[in-house]
Amino acid sequence: MSSIEERFAAGANRPGLDRRTLLKTLGVGAVGLAGIPLLSACTGGSAPGASATASKSLSFGSGSSDEVPKAGYKAVTDAFTKKSGITVNTNVVPHNDFQNKINTYLQGSPDDAFTWFAGYRMQYYAGKGLLTPVDDVWEKIGPNFSDAMKKASTGPDGKKYFVPNYNYPWGFFYRKSFWAEKGYEVPTTFDALTSLSAKMQTDGIIPIEFADKDGWPAFGTFDYINMRLNGYQFHMDLTAHKESWDQKKVSDVFDTWKALLPYQNPGALGMTWQDSAKSLGDKKSGMYLLGSFVTQQFTDPALLADIDFFPFPEIAMEGMDAVEAPIDGLLLSKKGGQNQAAHDFLAFMGTAEGQDAYASKDPSNIATAKGADQSNFSPLNKKCADVIAGAKSISQFFDRDALPAMANNVMLPALQGFIKDGSIDVKNLEAQAKTLYAAQ
Amino acid sequence: MTTGMESPIGITGAKGDARPRKRRRIRLLSRTDKIVLSVMVGIPTLIQLVLIWIPTVLSIGLSFVRWNGLDLSDIKAAGVSNYSYVFKDYPPFWPAVQHNVLWLVFLAVIATPLGLLLAVLLDQNIRGSKIYQSIFFIPVMLSLALIGIIWQLFYQKDNGLLNFLLGTAGTPQAVDWFGDSDVNIWAALIAATWRHAGYVMILYLAGLKGVDASLKEAASLDGANAYQTFFRIVFPAMRPINIVIVVITIIESLRAFDIVYVINRGTNGLELISALVIQNLVGEGQVIGVGSALAVILLVISLVPIVFYLSRAFGKEKV
Repeated sequence: MSSIEERFAAGANRPGLDRRTLLKTLGVGAVGLAGIPLLSACTGGSAPGASATASKSLSFGSGSSDEVPKAGYKAVTDAFTKKSGITVNTNVVPHNDFQNKINTYLQGSPDDAFTWFAGYRMQYYAGKGLLTPVDDVWEKIGPNFSDAMKKASTGPDGKKYFVPNYNYPWGFFYRKSFWAEKGYEVPTTFDALTSLSAKMQTDGIIPIEFADKDGWPAFGTFDYINMRLNGYQFHMDLTAHKESWDQKKVSDVFDTWKALLPYQNPGALGMTWQDSAKSLGDKKSGMYLLGSFVTQQFTDPALLADIDFFPFPEIAMEGMDAVEAPIDGLLLSKKGGQNQAAHDFLAFMGTAEGQDAYASKDPSNIATAKGADQSNFSPLNKKCADVIAGAKSISQFFDRDALPAMANNVMLPALQGFIKDGSIDVKNLEAQAKTLYAAQ
Repeated sequence: MTTGMESPIGITGAKGDARPRKRRRIRLLSRTDKIVLSVMVGIPTLIQLVLIWIPTVLSIGLSFVRWNGLDLSDIKAAGVSNYSYVFKDYPPFWPAVQHNVLWLVFLAVIATPLGLLLAVLLDQNIRGSKIYQSIFFIPVMLSLALIGIIWQLFYQKDNGLLNFLLGTAGTPQAVDWFGDSDVNIWAALIAATWRHAGYVMILYLAGLKGVDASLKEAASLDGANAYQTFFRIVFPAMRPINIVIVVITIIESLRAFDIVYVINRGTNGLELISALVIQNLVGEGQVIGVGSALAVILLVISLVPIVFYLSRAFGKEKV
């Protein structure tokens, strides 16, 4: 009832606060709840030093709890079991819980393999020694992936940790028929984008649809302007805080954004991306910078077929080489590294066969392995896949490339403030970044 | 809340009374009695210790360190840097303090008197009083998710009831009740009032029932009108309830959290200290040191009304 209790409840939930109790509880829970998988798994992974080849099973932690991706991973594990005879015991955890509790999960008794993202969050745990490098797997699956994928799968020590499954690109989505009717053309430079926007505004439509009530969608605009202006490497260094926020390059990003701000939906701060998608579908706005998951909102097949996409136009550097395309895939925990079956499972995920199994249930994402079946792709999916395949570098979206606290606690409110009145205090961003990154 | 506060008073009160008779009584206790007693005292004490005192002390401790939450060996002393970060570098902090103060003023000036008014009206034996009571009390019982949906229906920019009634729905003049940082705090405060007034109403209804009817009779015999009877006689007679209401109002304004959280997680004009604590302690944006520092700040602020309440309660015991 009281504020005090509530706060303390929050304190007690804090991962690692009372570590011993927590670990004990986790241990007891694991024995009690997962007794059966544990028994069957103890032939392999849990015996240190034992020859790993004997193992015939592995445990797999999945944060993909939604119906469609859950079915996707089920198809992958089934196909793997059928091919190799290795049993996979899947533990599905609701995705928010999975993400929020990853710290305790990795230190407690993690599964051998688990779902995660590329980017800072992967590199961070790799650096802390909580993951197993999978260079042996990459020797087999290396040829299946582009250089950009290899780069995104590499940890801070140069070893590979991650096996990509799928990703989805961010870009401008628009209605083909609407643009044809009005005579708009796809802009390839920033100037073309602003003059097109000006034209749309005189035509009485909102040029660039935008929604930022939830705070995260604005990261997409920031990332793209930053990468087009300062290059991919600067984006990586800035998000890793190897570069200072208090410098001209960063203020330039915001100055450039100011040129777009008048054309973005002024109601953005009260809207969710679903609201914005609707407005794009209703021809109230001209284009919308978002991930390709925006198409989930267009349930009418005729409308869906009318949706097209173009990459963020070039500004100053590297043309349109960099694409923001968050990658989801698999990692091996420290413990899972001792289980050869888990290595085999990751290798399977890195083949067209494994990814086709996933895509058979979840066709909305783009498989990352070369040779994955594209016969079911819509023209839009094909275009998305081509843009990713042609990318020289792939960024993961600000909240995956940066320290999550920097993204959620600092940049999210700062960008909302910027959207509101065009003001930003880069000195303060740097001051906050210093404190937060030092705590890691 | 009330239970947490009553227990220390109860214990002290009992001790004061029991002291002279103590020696005689203890001899009367059998071994079973002693075991039962120590279990009955021990278990609540243990629960209190585990759920309240240990986390409090740990929170205070953690507010002076930097820690990534991974390995205990990663804990580094940080002095007061977490506090100076919160006070100097963390932009949402001062707006959050202002919003908490605004919340307090609004609840104290609008919501609590409204609850009192409702209670007085419903105490007049009007027909259907029970039904009205239930209706006004329902918001207190509703879950977080439901509250979010209900107010979304009212405040939505394009399809919401409010803009529809104003005739601005779907036009560019439509007020963006949740997205516009100049108005969303007021929208949230209305929603908070909707709940708080019902809560206050129930407490005052109980209080009004407890006021001796002969007091009112005596006042009317002396020629007092309805206002005088209420403000000079009935209201002062409800002093214990009034103190509880004051403390509840203060604590509600400090723990205000759920409504802003369902609107936009406490960003963009809806910052509150409690929302900042949650953001910094739970989930991916976890910064243990900063979150603990915020929690300690909130604790210190909360202690003020609690101490006020306790000193009032103790003072009364002595008289």
